[in-house]
Amino acid sequence: MDKQNYLEDLKDIKEMMNRSSRFISLSGLSGVSAGIFALLGAYAAYEIVYSNQNYLNYRSAYLSTESILNLFLVAAATLLGALSTGIYFTTRQSKKLKQKIWDLQTKRLLINLAIPLVTGGVLSLLLLKEGYIGLVAPLTLIFYGLALVNASKYTLGELRSLGILEITLGLIGVYFIGYGLIIWALGFGLLHIVYGLMMHFKYQQP
Amino acid sequence: MKEILKNLNKAFENKIRLGIMSALVVNEYLDFNSLKELLDVTDGNLASHLKSLESKNYITFRKEFLNRKSHTKYFASAEGKLAFAKHIKAIEQLLK
Repeated sequence: MDKQNYLEDLKDIKEMMNRSSRFISLSGLSGVSAGIFALLGAYAAYEIVYSNQNYLNYRSAYLSTESILNLFLVAAATLLGALSTGIYFTTRQSKKLKQKIWDLQTKRLLINLAIPLVTGGVLSLLLLKEGYIGLVAPLTLIFYGLALVNASKYTLGELRSLGILEITLGLIGVYFIGYGLIIWALGFGLLHIVYGLMMHFKYQQP
Repeated sequence: MKEILKNLNKAFENKIRLGIMSALVVNEYLDFNSLKELLDVTDGNLASHLKSLESKNYITFRKEFLNRKSHTKYFASAEGKLAFAKHIKAIEQLLK
């Protein structure tokens, strides 16, 4: 064998290691669409929480049962929008890369993503029940960030730094608790859009 | 130079065996069908390459039964991982 062959071997080895252990079809565009839905959701939540408030008490929120119900609806719609467009773009990308959408790599990614995510979700609901509304937005950022760091081993490596940024924003959000929603919009909206575009141009170019 | 060539392993000079080892060293295990899909080869072709790696003790396998269907999990052995690492290192040195 000559050098060219060995060079090709090295490339094959690297490619096989990545393809067999990571979910590589994650689409950058799904990050962008998740970010857009997050911004819309945050805006709707802002309107619900801060409309009809007594502005003398700056940035303290009182929620009626009705507005809590509305918030849940907004949250559900945001999640549904982000998830469905995310699945759409990622399926499209996996077809382009001729990868199966549901295989060992996908399952491993989802399980590792789900463990911190479900923990954070349940904890947020429990805190919400006790009335700690302000903590929910930053906590979802923190647990989402932990989920990304945990899952980054099984998909595109960029998710790790995105996760660390989300965790940092979450901690800042706990400190400046009155700005929770704005920081949440930064984390789930802006960061998703920025990272999504970055990954789109890095991986999607033909 | 001779030293480097000695570390190049004939067992990994075939594309499919190279692919099998690459996939197995970064995964805890892979089953037959996952390997087949990853490498895009026929059952018989894959089986014969697995057998050849097995005979060198580079991989091990475990048969399990899932819903009454046999399900074989393949692992890279410690010996196989070492040999594979040596092989990659030899290639890298050769390309220097």
